[in-house]
Amino acid sequence: MSTVDTVERAAGTPDDEQPWAELGLKSDEYLRIRDILGRRPTTAELAMYSVMWSEHCSYKSSKVHLRRFGDLPRSEALLVGIGENAGVVDVGDGYAVTFKVESHNHPSYVEPYQGAATGVGGIVRDILTMGARPVAVMDSLRFGRADAPDTARVLPGVVAGVGGYGNCLGLPNIGGEVLFDDCYAGNPLVNALCVGVMRHEDVRLAKAEGVGNKVVLFGARTGGDGIGGVSVLASETFEAEGPAKRPSVQVGDPFTEKLLIEACLEIFAQDLVTGIQDLGGAGLSCATSELASAGTGGMHVDLDRVPLRDSTLTPAEILMSESQERMCAIVEPGKVEAFLAVCRRWDVLATVIGEVTDGDRLTVDWHGERIVDVPPRTVAHEGPVYDRPMARPADLDDLQADDPVALPRPGTPEELAAHWLAVVASPDGADKTWVTEQYDRYVRGNTVAAQPDDAGVVRIDEETHRGIALALDGNGRHARLDPYTGAQLNLAEAYRNVAVSGARPLAVTNCLNFGSPEEPEVMWQFAEAVRGLADACRDLGLPVTGGNVSLYNQTGDVPINPTPVIGVLGVHDDVRTRVRTGWRGAGETVLLLGATRAELGGSAWAGVVHGHLGGRPPAVDLAAERALAELLAALAREGLVSSAHDLADGGLAQALAESALRHGTGARLALPDGLDAFTALFSESTARAVVTTTDPEGVRASAEWAGVPVTELGTTGGDVLAVEGVADLPLAELRAAWTATLPALFGTPEATVGSVPAGTVPTS
Amino acid sequence: MRIGVITFPGSLDDVDATRAVRLAGAEPVALWHAEHDLKGVDAVVLPGGFSYGDYLRAGAIAARAPLVQDVVDRARQGMPVLGICNGFQVLCESGLLPGALTRNAHLHFRNRDQALRIERADTAWTTSYAAGQRIVVPVKNGEGRYVAADADLDRLEGEGRVAVRYVEGNPNGSSRDIAGVTSADGRVVGLMPHPEHAVEDLTGPSTDGLGFFTSVLEAVVGA
Repeated sequence: MSTVDTVERAAGTPDDEQPWAELGLKSDEYLRIRDILGRRPTTAELAMYSVMWSEHCSYKSSKVHLRRFGDLPRSEALLVGIGENAGVVDVGDGYAVTFKVESHNHPSYVEPYQGAATGVGGIVRDILTMGARPVAVMDSLRFGRADAPDTARVLPGVVAGVGGYGNCLGLPNIGGEVLFDDCYAGNPLVNALCVGVMRHEDVRLAKAEGVGNKVVLFGARTGGDGIGGVSVLASETFEAEGPAKRPSVQVGDPFTEKLLIEACLEIFAQDLVTGIQDLGGAGLSCATSELASAGTGGMHVDLDRVPLRDSTLTPAEILMSESQERMCAIVEPGKVEAFLAVCRRWDVLATVIGEVTDGDRLTVDWHGERIVDVPPRTVAHEGPVYDRPMARPADLDDLQADDPVALPRPGTPEELAAHWLAVVASPDGADKTWVTEQYDRYVRGNTVAAQPDDAGVVRIDEETHRGIALALDGNGRHARLDPYTGAQLNLAEAYRNVAVSGARPLAVTNCLNFGSPEEPEVMWQFAEAVRGLADACRDLGLPVTGGNVSLYNQTGDVPINPTPVIGVLGVHDDVRTRVRTGWRGAGETVLLLGATRAELGGSAWAGVVHGHLGGRPPAVDLAAERALAELLAALAREGLVSSAHDLADGGLAQALAESALRHGTGARLALPDGLDAFTALFSESTARAVVTTTDPEGVRASAEWAGVPVTELGTTGGDVLAVEGVADLPLAELRAAWTATLPALFGTPEATVGSVPAGTVPTS
Repeated sequence: MRIGVITFPGSLDDVDATRAVRLAGAEPVALWHAEHDLKGVDAVVLPGGFSYGDYLRAGAIAARAPLVQDVVDRARQGMPVLGICNGFQVLCESGLLPGALTRNAHLHFRNRDQALRIERADTAWTTSYAAGQRIVVPVKNGEGRYVAADADLDRLEGEGRVAVRYVEGNPNGSSRDIAGVTSADGRVVGLMPHPEHAVEDLTGPSTDGLGFFTSVLEAVVGA
């Protein structure tokens, strides 16, 4: 006798108790499932709905707001927009680029190494699914206070996980962020970006079409890991007490993923699939229902054909498992043998588990018994949608009124120098080599710029020298003070970071990290951030190509600072003209582009020196950002500047220190007239960059034409960063302060005399 | 001049090695680990990566691949072979080169631009350099610490088998700062740093690495 909960049995036992609450469903959601099916769901159906209707998969709280991105004017550059696994952008010469960021926040707190590693693995599969060869990754990381004991547990594991997986896949890590704030202590943010390249005609979509076409599951076997990852882990608030959630975290095998990538690319090249979908959150439930839902609707799967790592798994567990390194393809019957042959060549396990059927039902059998019979759209695309209540945070007026203008400021040159060193040596401002040297930046041989440069730059064609630039930015302090402006500031910073490399900004992605949507104040922050981002994208003429929402980032009733991490993609028509960061040669003129106002709300100075967060964030001026970006692109094209660095956290103070330390070249500088030294150094006014040039008049002429203010600061050279009236900082001293912070916190592997991080050795 | 680049499951820097061969002026030939077919190449590069996921021991499984058996046979007859990073690990596991590569002393994967000294400018892969020359190429590995018994290290030093040495800092705790070694006849060289990542100004820290690939052209023509 069967012990499996079949459709037939479900119809006959309407009153059986079901664990919908334990699976993360609300009572009205459960009733809606019963309504859709006209009976109680089977155990397997309940499992599918519970994971697919989770916040993580269904975007049920965010959907009503995210529509703003879809309402943006249609961009000619956008080949595939929101809704697919990742957006696709035309970058010229017949090339298309797909890029996306995804969060793996909750798993990374529970199990830092595997959480971060599988975050990288998941986003790489999303990019692969679009038909592209993944070419680089980035990571945006946020942790609790740098000196908190738990940060010493989480950070090393996360960094090793990002590196361990990405390095083994052969994808260069070209940049990102590492920042610290108390608000992330129980909810670290691990946002991973992947970018891939393909020809226009190679774009693939996730849909199941063609009755009789086979459903092929390929890659790793299915195990018991990650069951309920999306519903139990990523869609609920962590409580201080409670059962361990370790089994909900997936375990990654990058070697298998590397084989999967090569096999997929060969399969695409031979045109062997009609549709393809990766298995990520919600595993087979997601892949089968999304493929069927996006296609003609009908699919049948024989679940007992799925190769297992653990033969004791129940059908529901198989449907929910988030075992990594798996893909699902729709293959014409005549091409199945060729498909399987490619998989054999790469030692990738591939199994036909079902086929596309007539009609509009997704059916799943287990040893001949029907355990799922559902309309796939109700699982994948027609889940619940909530327009949740919103309320402006009650503390926001007080917070915005608490202006940093009232904070004690450094008065003497000695105090200014001390504050400068404090900002540069703070965990946020300090050298990140401890992290980034655990990442391979060179593999594939196309990395033109990587961390610590403002943007990662990758060559995509060795003949035409076409290239792309990418930056990720997500200041949560500014967003806490004003989420609308904060989201715009993050976009502006990523846009500027791409622009300083000389690239033309082209498209936007995002990873929106917020607290619980069930809290009206969090929901308001979310809505404001989305509105701000959409408005700014409209002003800058940039499409949003897709994105990811991570909610429930809070411990107990304390949410994280709203943290919209924004990614901007830019294009280099000729990547050889890119502008580098850091000063190299002596005798070059240092120019500040853009205007400085007294803007210290949410600044690094206020945070580092006073532990203060209050006031208003810097004003956004998108017209000025656009003018600066166009100027920087023109300067790059004309070869008028030898370096450029954007101003952001820590203002001019941070930018000057980083520029000098990059290649060990100092400068003698004077601060702009008409500003006190403190404001000039620490204000975080936007739309600014520092450039160096041997042709200052040429730069001035271009800047005047572009309407960008120019201030001459001085001349490069020597081994001292000297600022008149402030300090003569020997670079050795500055470097010692800047580089000591992270090793002091997370351990010095061993003393290596005279060795320096990748990308910084000056060579003749 | 045809130079083969082997791809194992998990090879990563095969595209880079192929580019370096091409930039050096030779014809790169893709070789597949599972086939007993060297396609008539004049020399072979075993590239970096994580062959077989570094499972068991780095390089251990790849060293037993069908094609590597052919490479070992041909190398013993004098065919030039270069192993880079994982390729070096494979050559040590296959017995073509002495010693072993173990977990970095500090237990971290480490990627940095590394200064090296060319100790031997007369192997098949290093004649483009001058003995004692300082070069800068990337190093990137998690299991790059070269180890051997003290007596073996003494013997290697005595026989001049240390081809490349780390200078200005040892990135992984390798014995005696050894970055690469050569076979007794100077035809087989293995090193942990990545010369194939330093062949273009645009993408590398230098173009210092190209010399490995130009050297072998002379070695084959002169043989």
